[in-house]
Amino acid sequence: MSDKFQISRRQLLKSSAAGATLLTSGGIAPLSAWAADTLTVGFIYVGSKGDYGYNQSHAQAAETFKKMPGIKVVEEENVPETNAVVETMESMINIDGASLIFPTSFGYFNPFMLATAKKYPKVEFRHCGGLWTKADPANTGSYFGYIGMGQYLNGIVAGHMTKSKKLGFIAAKPIPQVLLNINSFLLGARSVDPAITVKTIFTGDWNLPVKEAEAANALADQGIDVLTMHVDSPKVIIQTAAGRGLYVCGYHADQAALAPTKYLTGANWNWAKPYHDFITEKRANKPLGQFVRGGIPEGFVKMSPLGPMVTPPAKKQFDATLAEIMKGNFAIIKGPMKDNKGNIVVPAGKIYPENAIELEKMNYLLDGVIGSTS
Amino acid sequence: MSGSADIGLWGVPLAMIGGAVRVSTPYIFVALGETITERSGRINLGQEGTLVFGAMIGYGVAIITGSPLLGVAAACACGCGFGLFHGWICRFPKVNDIAVGIAMMQLGVGLAVFFGKPFIKPAAPHLPAISLGWWSAVPQIRAALDVNALFILGLGLALFLNWAFRNTKYGLMLRVVGDSSDAARAMGLNPNRVRLYATAIGGGLAGIGGAYLSLYYPGSWNEGISSGQGLMAVALVIFARWNPLGCFFAALLFGGAGALGSALQSVGVTQGYYLFYAAPYVLTLIILTATSSRSHSLVGAPGELSITK
Repeated sequence: MSDKFQISRRQLLKSSAAGATLLTSGGIAPLSAWAADTLTVGFIYVGSKGDYGYNQSHAQAAETFKKMPGIKVVEEENVPETNAVVETMESMINIDGASLIFPTSFGYFNPFMLATAKKYPKVEFRHCGGLWTKADPANTGSYFGYIGMGQYLNGIVAGHMTKSKKLGFIAAKPIPQVLLNINSFLLGARSVDPAITVKTIFTGDWNLPVKEAEAANALADQGIDVLTMHVDSPKVIIQTAAGRGLYVCGYHADQAALAPTKYLTGANWNWAKPYHDFITEKRANKPLGQFVRGGIPEGFVKMSPLGPMVTPPAKKQFDATLAEIMKGNFAIIKGPMKDNKGNIVVPAGKIYPENAIELEKMNYLLDGVIGSTS
Repeated sequence: MSGSADIGLWGVPLAMIGGAVRVSTPYIFVALGETITERSGRINLGQEGTLVFGAMIGYGVAIITGSPLLGVAAACACGCGFGLFHGWICRFPKVNDIAVGIAMMQLGVGLAVFFGKPFIKPAAPHLPAISLGWWSAVPQIRAALDVNALFILGLGLALFLNWAFRNTKYGLMLRVVGDSSDAARAMGLNPNRVRLYATAIGGGLAGIGGAYLSLYYPGSWNEGISSGQGLMAVALVIFARWNPLGCFFAALLFGGAGALGSALQSVGVTQGYYLFYAAPYVLTLIILTATSSRSHSLVGAPGELSITK
């Protein structure tokens, strides 16, 4: 029943689009001029635009293009990773006239985005994540950021601010990107004091508010005095930890407003940078990047401003390290390194900067992290 | 924290006690509400939807009015509304209460997600905590014994219901209707009306449970706030054999077992956390299996309940 309705709606749209083409080719100049100058860009989010997390980081970037002349931004939030995203993309293309679409969630890629891309070869699709390969349709591509250095800088500030020398990390699942964040946080803190440890609690999934709050309480009970996280929406963790008197380092988006006296800094996505590049390329009719990556030097990742409680020595080391990172090719994973079971995981002489392919297979927690990958 | 003592392994029992007190309240309210409903001979699986909707509306009203207590009241009222709707549909002949409950669960969650979008970002004022740990100098114990008034209300309600089911006219009416519609009619009672009110009260209590989630612990609103607690609470009612005090202790046990995964990782027992997170469910299976019987049906099960007929 609903399928029938949608097919007929699409057919209706097709015929009305054909009608519009006829009209414009028939000489209604203002409409065609408007259509040529205005680029409609679609953004699709899996969660809420105001989640203080991953989705908010994308929505904030989309917001910056709304005031830009000649660009129309269309958005839809809370779109599940199902056929629903195909419906959303098709309505953006057919009703709003979008010619550049950013499906921002991991699970939108296959089969939903790929199938839609094959059906609409003139529309460009760029997916946030690391799934794209050269075998995929020519009008698709991917962009993603290296945020490990952000957690390294978080670790530096945390290392200066901790009194107990015990830090905490609340993580969802032990996937490579999460493990790199935990290890980076540890290495940042250990650059201040090699005696510091990082206690890690895995909650098991990306959005489990009760478990996240329990994890924050358990860490507070163990004398941890600074914590950070990698979950979809850090709001509950930040509020719970600040309520227990802990300092927090943020992730995804700037969460300072949630705990102004406890929020030290945070590793935040700056998606406006890749979006700006894609949109500029599209308007200049140049080919769009298909494998776009970047970290702090490229402007893909930014740090939240340091909170007023951060001490001068912490600020000094933070600023100096940030300046080093900005030069590019900064590496923190350098052999020899041992994991927390005593195995050599990075052989002597090996140096992996943040874009090293080896880091995308990370399956270990370094010596100094109290936690387990299984 | 500078003032915190190093409590090491004591963190595990402490986290379980603290977790039991913090996490159990929504279970207590949903389970007590469901006990009232099921004692009248009806099962309302829509409690999960009511819980999520109550969390959303409580949070929203608290943001708009600035009063978390008004939020709790609004969540209770909406929960009653959901219960009345369920009870009203189920009064028609040949309507299956379980199927209606599943539909109501989806409806409640869907409405909450739809209307709750603007409330994800703002922070609502929280319900205050009552500190029962004032006697201790250890900050961890003080934190574990920060208790919300709703938890104490839940305990009081369990005691009251335990007494009222046996010793009041309304308790007797509820039980008669739940055990035998024919006997109830012979006494001049209208089973549908009693069940309607019982489902409404049950929904109202589930709404309060939802408000606790969003306004106290974890104290935030998003779509994943309940993660199935409303459904587990319905299972806890059977686990507790329809006994209000049993519901209270089952909820405590469940909350405490749920804290195990985090607590063990925090003291350095890090292997196999997925298994520890399954502890509450494993515990439920063990107790239900251990107390089951081949020869007779569940003790205390209302006779009119569709799952026991």
